[in-house]
Amino acid sequence: MGVALAAENFPPPEFTTGYQFPKATEPGPRDASLSLVDAAVLLTALSLAAYFALRRRSRRELAILSVFCLLYLGFYRHGCVCAVGSFQNVALAVADPGYVLPVVVGAFFVLPLLFALFFGRVFCSAVCPLGQAQEVVLLRAVKVPRWVDQALGVLPFLYLGVAVLYAALGSAFVVCRYDPFVLFFRLGGNLEMLIFGVAVLLLATVVGRPYCRFLCPYGALLRLIAPFARWRVRTTPTECVNCHLCADACPYGAIQPPNVTDARIGRLEGRSRLAWLVAAFPLILAAGGFLGWQSAPVLAKLDPTISLANRVWLEEHGRVKGKTEASEAFATQGTPSADLYREAAKIRKRFDGGSLLLGVWVGLVIVLRMISLSVRRRREAYQVDPGACVACGRCFSACPVGRSVIAEAEGASISALTPGEEGR
Amino acid sequence: MSEDGKLKRPEQRISRRQILAECLRGAGVLVMGGALGSLVTRGHADNTVWQIDPSKCVQCGKCATDCVLNPSAVKCVHQYRVCGYCELCFGYFVDQRANDEERAENQRCPTNAIRRTFVEDPYFQYDIDELKCIGCGICVKGCKTFGNGSLVLQVRHDRCLNCNECNIAQNCPANAFVRVPAQTPYLLRTEQEEGPGAKQ
Ligand code: SF4
Ligand code: SF4
Ligand code: SF4
Ligand code: SF4
Ligand code: SF4
Repeated sequence: MGVALAAENFPPPEFTTGYQFPKATEPGPRDASLSLVDAAVLLTALSLAAYFALRRRSRRELAILSVFCLLYLGFYRHGCVCAVGSFQNVALAVADPGYVLPVVVGAFFVLPLLFALFFGRVFCSAVCPLGQAQEVVLLRAVKVPRWVDQALGVLPFLYLGVAVLYAALGSAFVVCRYDPFVLFFRLGGNLEMLIFGVAVLLLATVVGRPYCRFLCPYGALLRLIAPFARWRVRTTPTECVNCHLCADACPYGAIQPPNVTDARIGRLEGRSRLAWLVAAFPLILAAGGFLGWQSAPVLAKLDPTISLANRVWLEEHGRVKGKTEASEAFATQGTPSADLYREAAKIRKRFDGGSLLLGVWVGLVIVLRMISLSVRRRREAYQVDPGACVACGRCFSACPVGRSVIAEAEGASISALTPGEEGR
Repeated sequence: MSEDGKLKRPEQRISRRQILAECLRGAGVLVMGGALGSLVTRGHADNTVWQIDPSKCVQCGKCATDCVLNPSAVKCVHQYRVCGYCELCFGYFVDQRANDEERAENQRCPTNAIRRTFVEDPYFQYDIDELKCIGCGICVKGCKTFGNGSLVLQVRHDRCLNCNECNIAQNCPANAFVRVPAQTPYLLRTEQEEGPGAKQ
């Protein structure tokens, strides 16, 4: 409490001229009601995106909306708070009763998921500023081989697990720290962010939405929910003529070709693999949990309190020379190191449990991914994978059937909204 | 949609799946809405914003450089009631300078953001020009080391974006950034401001 002691140095003088102390101004934060405007904008944008993607089937209208959202949620609101990072606030609020989830953050977390439950990933389609930033720089998409797509597609789920761990334990909001574009939205940030952001943007010119597909943890949640959507994107409003044009048009590998020819062999092959996987399921989960628990010390090192405690301990025992900025600051504050160790031990204990859960989660993700690869779904026509489709609308105009239908009945878009499963 | 036989069976299967999916969706809406409602309404407490705990801050200078805003949202704030109104202010002058030399090179502040006005002999009032202040904390350090600690660094909320993860907080070596209720967004020593100084 250096400041409190220092306050006694010179008592405020007794002025004889009747001088009045001015008061320090305390300008308040942005009005809370304005954040409700943000939530309202989000709700409206989501509704419009659903309408444009599913009913109007218009990529142009989606593009106009996405430019607006990029400007408003991205540049005007500085990309904060965004849905992508909101799950961290939710995780912290669940784990720490002392932290209150702001209403607008809750809205940003839940609205896109609710919309995904009914209309698929319309949030990614034209609302999410990160998605739009990648969408606008895409020049020419190279096809990512399916196995690479599948393998890297596990990363968002792992990232989700790690980010939830650190957020719930109050260590860091990892997703915000490694947000690729927030630096452009705010026109400021550190060098790491700049390098990462530029790298993602460059990659995004040739690979469709790399952050969305291979990293975005919120996209992982949407991907899980979108297959249950009530209404979803269809490439063709009527019958598919198997021309392959839609699959060529999709830069995100979301359209799968028909596989009726090899379905039987695939099924049999998959079945034995499936049996093995199901048998090994508990084992893999246990192994994941064990490995996670083992890696707790490593994971905990990233927590600022724990790393400071480690450093101070090493210094006190003469294992390292010199001081880091943090240990120097700690020494200046004059807190007893025993307090710090106690605090660190408390956090460390929570990391043990958390890392174990993270390990189980990783095991679960891997097994489920392998199971989904072993299960062959019969496709008689080209089909949109609802989890992967971000409803960008490129395939609508690529489909010759769709074009002729539109030409036939200008304006009256038929059966664009088709309930449930399609073409099965 | 040609042969009837081919289509019938799959359609029945679809409808069963549809009922299942409908139930799942209903459950999903309930779970999401319920969980969120309970989190949001819990405690009726306030939203939080970032603030610097002045008792922890060691004036490392990162506040000036690490904010996502340039210049930083962090500014020096003068707590007038805590101040000793020294003629030779350690926040204002560099060490061992005569008090009458107000030239820029005698001042600690690199941007000339501190103004001083004569009150009565031998007292001066010091004000921070926030448009010039970059939040470097040099004056704060001087004041805290030799003076009353009446100058403190504070996040100014008319500027702060209230980032979900404050960029300075990540890099603050003293862990001085804390989330505070938005209703009371400053950690100034207001009680003391009302206290001893108010008596006279
Ligand atoms: S996948 Fe993530 S980053 Fe991409 S558009 Fe969707 S929410 Fe945004
Ligand atoms: S709407 Fe979906 S399936 Fe069609 S091109 Fe876009 S991402 Fe691919
Ligand atoms: S970064 Fe932390 S220690 Fe450094 S000046 Fe800012 S609040 Fe003080
Ligand atoms: S010395 Fe630094 S913190 Fe103090 S008023 Fe000047 S710019 Fe602001
Ligand atoms: S929350 Fe953001 S704007 Fe505010 S002080 Fe921290 S980095 Fe700067």
